[in-house]
Amino acid sequence: MAKEHVRKKKPIGKMVVAGIFSIALYTVLLLKQDMVTEYFSRGGVLYALLPIAAAFLFSFAHGSFTGSFWTVLGVEAKKKKEVK
Amino acid sequence: MHDVVAAATNFIDLNWMNITYLFLVGFVGGLVSGFIGSGGAFVLTPGMMSLGVPGLVAVASNMCHKFPKALIGSLKRAKYGQVDVKLGLVMGASAEAGVLYGAHIQEGIKKAFGDAGSNLYVSVAFVVVLGIVGTFVLRDALKSHKSGNANEKEKVTKLARWVQSINIPGTMVYFKSLNAKVSVLKTLPLGFATGMLAATIAVGGFIGVPALIYVLGAPSLMGSATELVIAFVMGLGGSFKYAMHGLVDIRLAMIILAGSLFGIQLGAIGTTYVKPFMIKLVMGLIMVIVLFSRGLMIPVYLAQLNLIQPLGEGTVKILSTTSFIIMILALLVGAGIVLNAIWKGLRAEKLQNSAEGALEHGKI
Repeated sequence: MAKEHVRKKKPIGKMVVAGIFSIALYTVLLLKQDMVTEYFSRGGVLYALLPIAAAFLFSFAHGSFTGSFWTVLGVEAKKKKEVK
Repeated sequence: MHDVVAAATNFIDLNWMNITYLFLVGFVGGLVSGFIGSGGAFVLTPGMMSLGVPGLVAVASNMCHKFPKALIGSLKRAKYGQVDVKLGLVMGASAEAGVLYGAHIQEGIKKAFGDAGSNLYVSVAFVVVLGIVGTFVLRDALKSHKSGNANEKEKVTKLARWVQSINIPGTMVYFKSLNAKVSVLKTLPLGFATGMLAATIAVGGFIGVPALIYVLGAPSLMGSATELVIAFVMGLGGSFKYAMHGLVDIRLAMIILAGSLFGIQLGAIGTTYVKPFMIKLVMGLIMVIVLFSRGLMIPVYLAQLNLIQPLGEGTVKILSTTSFIIMILALLVGAGIVLNAIWKGLRAEKLQNSAEGALEHGKI
């Protein structure tokens, strides 16, 4: 039985889009440090949601980028070869 | 509440060196976390403090980086079938209660004994916990390795079997990682202890993961992966609490996250290339090395509290610096082992793929 060498397409597009999004977020964070710090450290229940929401946003964008980054580089989980 | 914040808050100025340093430490911390389910906070918090960040802000900012990191890490490891979400959430709930109680104790000690008292408490707890648990885990890992049955399914400890056998009607829940029904009541003290330790000395995972493995009987891979769910729950609750007091420096948290998200994915991938005992080995090694790091600081705090003769400034500097270096070493050792495993594993796969390809062509 000929084994098919299925070449998985590398998620380069996804990596680039997520990368742009991630870089944009970090740029805003660092360029607008003072304003961000001021609002994010005001305290109280409503303002406390700001850092939490920001953390989720960054993790969504950057998590996506880093995940596809490693895949594009070919660093992936070990493929389990089932011998039944 | 706000005057406390005003006094405590001191958000440092960021420069490229700080940013690079935080990114790199985040990366290494994430790498280790992705692999053993724990291992960032104990180096990140002092790491931030050495940049001049006040202790509370460091702890708060670390928490705000921890929960998104744990989320991404557990999502990745869930893809490999290693996460027991139910168990993670159940223990996460009691861990959260533990965090709140632990923070309360920490505040009490600080009020009664000041910073030095706090630091002494943290260091002694570190040495005791890491000493006992770390040695046990390391010995277990070496035993599996030496006995040569590293490939065999991990044996569930006697303690875990006893725990699993306790039947309290009305509280039994099936957990897939344990492959058994366990009383939810059994998870309560373990989760609570994890949370309490995380809040007081920032080492929840070093109790949580061994507890999952040795007391509840989860396999190493699932224990370390499920711990990430617990870390997520604890981190989210803790972050919110600190954010309400305006203590989170979102810049620090996100910069560390930038590095740790690269690392944690890599660490998660690493777990698929190693035999289960390696998780225990890396965890045990790091714990034992860090215990020496913390141990060196104990005389410093004892002297500050006038419990022993005062130490010269030079001595204090040497002890602090050595302690910090040893801590970095612990992380680097862990990271090195993980990276090596990934490197070897990827190369072996490539070789195997090209060998198979060659065979295929030969068959024509």
